[in-house]
Amino acid sequence: MSEQLVPTPGQTIGPFYGFALPYAGGENLVDRTHPNAVRLHGTVYDGHGDPVPDSMLEIWQADAEGNVSQEPGSLIRDGYTFTGFGRVAVDNVGHYDFTTVNPGASEPGKAPFIAMTVFARGLLNRLFTRIYLPEDTQALANDPVLSALPEDRRSTLIAAREADGSLRFDIRLQGDGETVFLSYPNHRADS
Amino acid sequence: MAEPVVSSDAAANSQAEISADMREISRQYAESGVVETQPRIDYAPYRSSILRHPTKDLHHADPETIELWAPAFGQRDVHALEADLTIQGGGEPIGERMTVKGRVLDGNGRPVRNQLVEIWQANAAGRYIHKRDQHPAPIDPNFTGVGRCLTGDDGSYSFTTIKPGPYPWKNHHNAWRPAHIHFSLFGTDFTQRMITQMYFPGDPLFDLDPIYQAIVDPKARERLVATYDHDTSEHEWSLGYTWDIVLTGAHRTPTEEDSDV
Repeated sequence: MSEQLVPTPGQTIGPFYGFALPYAGGENLVDRTHPNAVRLHGTVYDGHGDPVPDSMLEIWQADAEGNVSQEPGSLIRDGYTFTGFGRVAVDNVGHYDFTTVNPGASEPGKAPFIAMTVFARGLLNRLFTRIYLPEDTQALANDPVLSALPEDRRSTLIAAREADGSLRFDIRLQGDGETVFLSYPNHRADS
Repeated sequence: MAEPVVSSDAAANSQAEISADMREISRQYAESGVVETQPRIDYAPYRSSILRHPTKDLHHADPETIELWAPAFGQRDVHALEADLTIQGGGEPIGERMTVKGRVLDGNGRPVRNQLVEIWQANAAGRYIHKRDQHPAPIDPNFTGVGRCLTGDDGSYSFTTIKPGPYPWKNHHNAWRPAHIHFSLFGTDFTQRMITQMYFPGDPLFDLDPIYQAIVDPKARERLVATYDHDTSEHEWSLGYTWDIVLTGAHRTPTEEDSDV
């Protein structure tokens, strides 16, 4: 079973996914009335600093206790089960909103983060990034991904906590403040 | 050199100019001796990629906890009939009925079991149900072009649909996309997430298309082309294609319990 196969190439999501991939309730990992509901929002920008109006984002995260859900029901939500997955198409001004909870640390002392995948017309393959919570500065300082980055790049992965408790996370595909995008060990063979 | 056009809606260049740029990139790739298997994300002949690709190297990360798992989808999420795109309207959609089937495997050859596959496509006339699609070709009231299924225990998927038509776009003057079906795939960990496009064998538009040619390696490009399979065709009913999809390797060895939801 250790046969190594060459991965199939990716391609852009293109402009016409809107009728197919986004779905009702995709952006709500929990209901807004959930006692620990948190708004996660931001804007996707291109290399000129202009909003990208045809991007789709997915998040995948642990629950507030740091547990990974393996429950189905992300596409047809029952309003009670935390599945950990969300999908949203940005609006006409490149802005997105998710309603979720702050992920808990998966292990004591680990910096909690939300995994994100970015798709867009014009983006020939998906991009991966992480959205770290800003609070546990000690854990952030010890994080292996963050600590390998220079300060100006590191900050692109850490969400800002707004006065009302919302998390703000902008995505800059290119240029000033370009978001750090990740590759994982098993991607390396592919380019 | 003139400032490059950064919109794929500008139709500013000729096909000859775009083709010359693509040939030059292919020539440089052939000389490099490096083997690439994924598309370039920086591929200027696809105009809207110019301002939308990161210019800094991807940062190497070892996947941790959440990244070692993928969301689980089940019968709750997907109805079995969603794999047949020809029965979603009040009548038969127009066009060439076809099936496409294959397997979703990870980079180690393991089947990706009970996982979500989503597809979307233009109708037989090359028109999407999307307000952004202004191509003056007919909408088919009996065809949405959207389907979903869950893979079987052997990673298998199958869709019944109508063969999509090629359609024009404005990347350059007289630009046409080869006929394709978009596929969205999940693996057993989140790092395997991918979206791609499946093409049809022998399409005369391949050499002209900057999205397909952004995969600069000819063998890698061919991995997106389905195979006509006569055994998959059905007597007096439909034509059959097969296409297997290989995701990148899983970072966590999936167990029997995975996706048994």
